[in-house]
Amino acid sequence: MTEMYPVLTDNISRRNRTNIRFRYLVIAGSVITVIPIFLIVGNLAVKGFRQINLAFFTKPAPDTFQAMMAASSGEIIPGGIANGLTGSLLMVVLASLFAIPLGLMTGIYIYENSSLKYARFIRSLTEILQGVPSIILGIIAYIWIVKNITRGYSALAGSVSLAIMMLPLIIRSTEETMRMIPVSIREAAFALGTPYYKMIYKILIPVSFSGLATGVLLALSRILGETAPLMLTALGSPAISLDVTRPVSAVPLLIWDFYNDPNMVSLVWSASLFLMVFVLSMNLLARSVASKHKYI
Amino acid sequence: MSGDRVTKVLLFISSLTILLLSAGIVISLFGGALPAFREFGFRFIISSAWNPTAGSEEYGAMSFIAGTVITSILALIICIPMAFSTSLFIAEYYNGTRTSGILRSLVDLLAGIPSIVYGFWGFYALRPLMVATGLTDQGFGVFTASLVLAIMIVPYATSLSAEIISMVPAELKEAAYSLGATRREVIFSVVIPSARSGIIASFILALGRALGETMAVTMLIGNANVIPKGLFAPGNTMASVIANQFGEASGLKMSALIAIGLLLFLITALVNYLGKLIIKRFA
Amino acid sequence: MNNTPQSNNVLEIRDLSIAYEPGKNAVNGVTASVKRNSITAIMGPSGCGKSTLLRAMNRMHELYPNIRTKGDILLDGQSIFSMSVIELRRKVGMVFQRPNPFPNMTIYENVVAGFSLNDIRLKKSQRDEIVENALRNVTLWDEVKESLYRKGTFLSGGQQQRLCVARAIAFNPEVLLLDEPTSALDPIATSKIEDLLGELKKKYTLVLVTHNMSQAARISDDSMFMYLGELVESGRTGTLFTTPKDPRTEAYLTGKFG
Repeated sequence: MTEMYPVLTDNISRRNRTNIRFRYLVIAGSVITVIPIFLIVGNLAVKGFRQINLAFFTKPAPDTFQAMMAASSGEIIPGGIANGLTGSLLMVVLASLFAIPLGLMTGIYIYENSSLKYARFIRSLTEILQGVPSIILGIIAYIWIVKNITRGYSALAGSVSLAIMMLPLIIRSTEETMRMIPVSIREAAFALGTPYYKMIYKILIPVSFSGLATGVLLALSRILGETAPLMLTALGSPAISLDVTRPVSAVPLLIWDFYNDPNMVSLVWSASLFLMVFVLSMNLLARSVASKHKYI
Repeated sequence: MSGDRVTKVLLFISSLTILLLSAGIVISLFGGALPAFREFGFRFIISSAWNPTAGSEEYGAMSFIAGTVITSILALIICIPMAFSTSLFIAEYYNGTRTSGILRSLVDLLAGIPSIVYGFWGFYALRPLMVATGLTDQGFGVFTASLVLAIMIVPYATSLSAEIISMVPAELKEAAYSLGATRREVIFSVVIPSARSGIIASFILALGRALGETMAVTMLIGNANVIPKGLFAPGNTMASVIANQFGEASGLKMSALIAIGLLLFLITALVNYLGKLIIKRFA
Repeated sequence: MNNTPQSNNVLEIRDLSIAYEPGKNAVNGVTASVKRNSITAIMGPSGCGKSTLLRAMNRMHELYPNIRTKGDILLDGQSIFSMSVIELRRKVGMVFQRPNPFPNMTIYENVVAGFSLNDIRLKKSQRDEIVENALRNVTLWDEVKESLYRKGTFLSGGQQQRLCVARAIAFNPEVLLLDEPTSALDPIATSKIEDLLGELKKKYTLVLVTHNMSQAARISDDSMFMYLGELVESGRTGTLFTTPKDPRTEAYLTGKFG
């Protein structure tokens, strides 16, 4: 056919070169993005491994004098993170008692009533709540609990702040899990004459169980690593106790204490290593639960 | 059946928790901030004073607003090329392959590392590097904090962007290929325009996360209650000043800190709302 | 096939085999020719490889990462695998099953999208000329000339498809490949496109994949029947439809399988 216009063919090699170069750029950028993971994990593993032994888990944190003695003689610092472990456990269990049932029920409510304006409003509020920085929740728990209820720093205040953090996460994941259930399952249940509440307890929840479990696990892994709100609520304490009205320690809080004390340097590495491995393992666990039960 | 009614009532009551929580948070923040605003008026927001000496106390939020805004925006700028290339890798170049799955998991791991661990790693690993470059004498400062912040928010920008990019219809890409476009040209002329709102929304959401980040920033920004004088100068963000000073504060100072918390809450809520709005308009 | 001189065959397919994964040939040893200024229909039941064969002609099948190709396709005597893909796609254009105008471009920009995507600078007068010619050739000019600078999403399905044809012929390609171009359209739009194809073959060579045999019978000059990746039979459409040589062809034409 006659050419009515200039058809350039000499820019083809230039365009091909730009094409190849861009691909390399994309690959390079992706590699740069994930390098920090290896750096962080590697650093922590190498430096933190030394301090981890059985005593690490069973002994409470040392005071600064003990640490200084050990550091100057090159020994492993005596003590461990036991008070942080018990404190974290205490607060997380308390927070879960509040957040998990409420979160599940609210999530189910939003899913079941999604056509109501009120339910959509609650959903929007949940999304806003999810975006609130954790330190602000610490301020809130301070005002509500530390000032007014326990008249002092306490594990209760800490768990309240963690609970408020968990709640939106569980609500969102519950609702999303529910939405993935095929409508036909509900319809089959109703066609068999199942009453509404039985449908929820006996069909909806069991069917979506793995999705709900994933959501809970992810929420837990999120709050286990939180430090900021606990600084304003639980404060930290060397004691191992179950008294919710007194201050209590937590693993991230211990890391903060160790960080601020130049004698405890090697404990920071090991405590951080432990925390990171624990949180990441929960993350991986949550993901594998999600993928194994692909029914939902 | 009464079982039904009970269940429905129970579910409804649990939904009220969110309502009560949200209202409670707003009321408590306003209530706690009131003394500071009564004392300083709206000047509080633009003043960069921070003087806790008894008898001439004066507080203002501007240093911290500046610190927050500068670090978050700088973090976003650093994050954009990384998130952009990673999401293209995952959703376009290697979409559906095992490599993409591995990269996705690695990026998700970044999101799982606790903030304090980032701060602490930044302190021991990045700070010496920064000192070695000579741009800063102690290694603390806006830039160091923003760098770590950027690494922390990359997963949020990447996962949403990747999802949107993978949803671009194959037929549009095929039409461009059939006209002779190279892969890069297809990406820039079809994929990106198609995914543009979603990509922007993901960056706005990442910004929202950066605004509220506390621990890592606290440990790296240098704890100076002034507007940062330069890119490598120390400063403080709204979140970090609260973390640093709330524990020993009382009276007017505490009210000032709560007021800063209120401002942070409002800014974060606004930015997140904007991001969600863009996603909804796009989807 | 007929004994026509070589230069009349725009495309020559020589023992072409294509596999998406080793061992499973989607196209198996196909040899055929496509004559200039004609409409060649490729038909067959779903999964027979007709789309794969069509896409091989502008090397779109290479978008699949693990694809393996054996044999050759010649365009005007030159192997398409030896020329740059970009050049090939200027000479062999494609229209897809679902109309896919670029939603972020206006109608005007869509028609010249081939040029802008290829970084080809044209003077405005050249572009105006190309747009008008292409749109006239697809009988869309009168319908859209007032709204050239609007995005094409308000057009009907049939109009959008004609826009896509205009976009493909803006390059003045030699061959136009059409992958079930009317299967997403209503009967009226379909017949308009079929009329259009009849006109277009005067300027271009058309290869059409269709799952609608009556369409093949209506508009094509030559037909190829494919089954399970093999070219079972090919020839003048009239002859193929009335006196098929292979029992499989006959079974397909009489509706024994579809």
